[in-house]
Amino acid sequence: MLHRLLSGDLPRSHALTVALVVVLVSLAFAPFLFPGSQSLNVAAKICVFIVLAASYDLLLGYTGIVSFAHTMFYGIGGYGVAVAMHGIGATWGAMGVGVALALLLSLILAVVIGLFSLRVRAIFFAMITLAVASAFAVLASQLRDITGGEDGRSYSVPAMLRPSFRLIEDQVLGVSITGRILTYYLVFFASLGLFLLALRIVNSPFGRVLQAIRENEFRAEALGYRVVVYRTVASVLSATMATLAGVLMALWLRYTGPDTTLSFAIMIDILLMVVIGGMGTLYGAVLGAAIFILAQNYLQVVMGKLSAATDGIPLLPQLLHPDRWLLWLGILFVLSVYFFPTGIVGRLRAQRR
Amino acid sequence: MTETKHADWAPLILIAALALGALPFVGSLSTWVTLTVAGLAMGMMIFVMSSGLTLVFGLMDVINFGHGVFISIGAYVALLVLVPLAAWGTADSLGLNLGVIGLAAVVAMVATGALGYFFERVVIRPVYGQHLKQILITTGGLIVAEQLIHALWGANPIPVRLPETLRGSFVIGDAAVERFRVFAILLGLAVFAGMHLGLNRTRIGLLIRAGVENTEMVEALGYDIRKIFVGVFVAGSALAGLGGVLWALYRQILVASMGMEMMVLIFIAIIIGGLGSVGGCFAGSILLALLANYSGFLVPKLALVSNIVLMLAILSWRPQGLYPVARR
Repeated sequence: MLHRLLSGDLPRSHALTVALVVVLVSLAFAPFLFPGSQSLNVAAKICVFIVLAASYDLLLGYTGIVSFAHTMFYGIGGYGVAVAMHGIGATWGAMGVGVALALLLSLILAVVIGLFSLRVRAIFFAMITLAVASAFAVLASQLRDITGGEDGRSYSVPAMLRPSFRLIEDQVLGVSITGRILTYYLVFFASLGLFLLALRIVNSPFGRVLQAIRENEFRAEALGYRVVVYRTVASVLSATMATLAGVLMALWLRYTGPDTTLSFAIMIDILLMVVIGGMGTLYGAVLGAAIFILAQNYLQVVMGKLSAATDGIPLLPQLLHPDRWLLWLGILFVLSVYFFPTGIVGRLRAQRR
Repeated sequence: MTETKHADWAPLILIAALALGALPFVGSLSTWVTLTVAGLAMGMMIFVMSSGLTLVFGLMDVINFGHGVFISIGAYVALLVLVPLAAWGTADSLGLNLGVIGLAAVVAMVATGALGYFFERVVIRPVYGQHLKQILITTGGLIVAEQLIHALWGANPIPVRLPETLRGSFVIGDAAVERFRVFAILLGLAVFAGMHLGLNRTRIGLLIRAGVENTEMVEALGYDIRKIFVGVFVAGSALAGLGGVLWALYRQILVASMGMEMMVLIFIAIIIGGLGSVGGCFAGSILLALLANYSGFLVPKLALVSNIVLMLAILSWRPQGLYPVARR
């Protein structure tokens, strides 16, 4: 059963299994284990970013192509919900329309970019996706009538998902089941489903071809696999998954704006998560996303204390300033690429042997 | 430049056609002059910032996604000169003004060149020939360096004052032409001329061009292409630093991400120019900036995507860029 659910791709390391179970249990019971809106927010973000990082890993780790347009697809999902909810109203129907249109747009864009630039080398694709994504970000912030411009769009979600909604009158384990908690579980189960789907994809014969292309493009082509087609399909799958992650985030935040979806900073975050967690293994995306989001929210507190403790020493307090947390993750990222390209997951798996 | 015997005029004719073709639509000659000069100035700045990147790529097949950070560092290092010598900048003397800019540029270029040497040694050398890792590593370098700028200079934007004699505009007929733009055009032309002469009239330039065309052959003839490459990388980084100083004076406000913001334009410029070609990069930068200016004036909404449209159009016409390098 578990074997089937994980598509036969087991963690293959005790430490990794423990880590994954901890993440799964913490996320599954987050509203009860860590009450409070901030920790629930962290948990929801981890769920969404696991999907986002996993979908990116499908491209980077499994197919060996670097795209800088992943946040564009993520943003399309977010804006799909935002524009529909804002324009039509806070109904499930409106959401369906928004999601469908967002998926369609992502699909078309991914196919066009793929066919245009996946024929050539990895570098070209990286540069072109960067250009397209930045044009899209500018477009989203300028088309004020549709997207709300720089301010973005706030909107209400269907009644069931609002904080004022109560599923049952009584509290469960001391927590009242509000619309927020229902939203959280919607995000959680959707993320879990998407992650298992991604696991299914990479362990299918199709996924094996992607890995073959990553290892040796010419050999894969010589064996009769159309490399361009496989790459394009991979990038379409990855794009639609990112779009769905954007939808989930939009439902959770009840707000979509350029900074929360399209910014280059988020693209960098995703890269860091995938590489630090471990490229080419979806479990890496889980650990990478969890560690990164936790660091983003809690490392700053630690660094603030360290910065205060080192007060008086030149430069060190600035380097340990809470806002410089990305510096340390950046260094970790560079070291990961050099010294353990398989990331945390690769390390954990290697230890067993 | 790396194109072959026959000079290829088509891209230059395209630029002229674009400029002249825009004239009737813009309507007034004075507006057109202002727009064209502004476009040329912007194009020159993009060229200065991107020329190093295209050569580095052409020679060693190395792409540096962290190139933008050299631009930012150049701009911030220039502060080390511009702030203490602020009196030179506010003096109403062209000599002193140019002196302070020149000194700032030299310091910035030395700093970014040295950093380029370090970057090539430590960051890029271990990942030769592995594009995926290059992209990741240089992006990582970008993150770290940008954060270091924040740590060293603070996270707040820093204003820069343009030296006195470069402020304001020349008035030619009805057209107002900003002085700094003229300065940027002259400097850009000087850099282009310098690179052109260096690549076409010197022995080292010959080796660089040969290396871009066929690396193995140059190595087979007994030259150490790595050494040449380190030199080119250092020079390219220094040029990015120079571009950073220009860009800082143009923006008059410094933020750590200012170089990264330019990377999109830089990539488009070197792609449409033909990866590895300095002449193509020059033509591409100018084309890009001119089109952005005209379309921004005529159809503001179109300006948002004019870069992408231009890139698609050029690549449909010449899939390898304006001046394709033979090997690619």
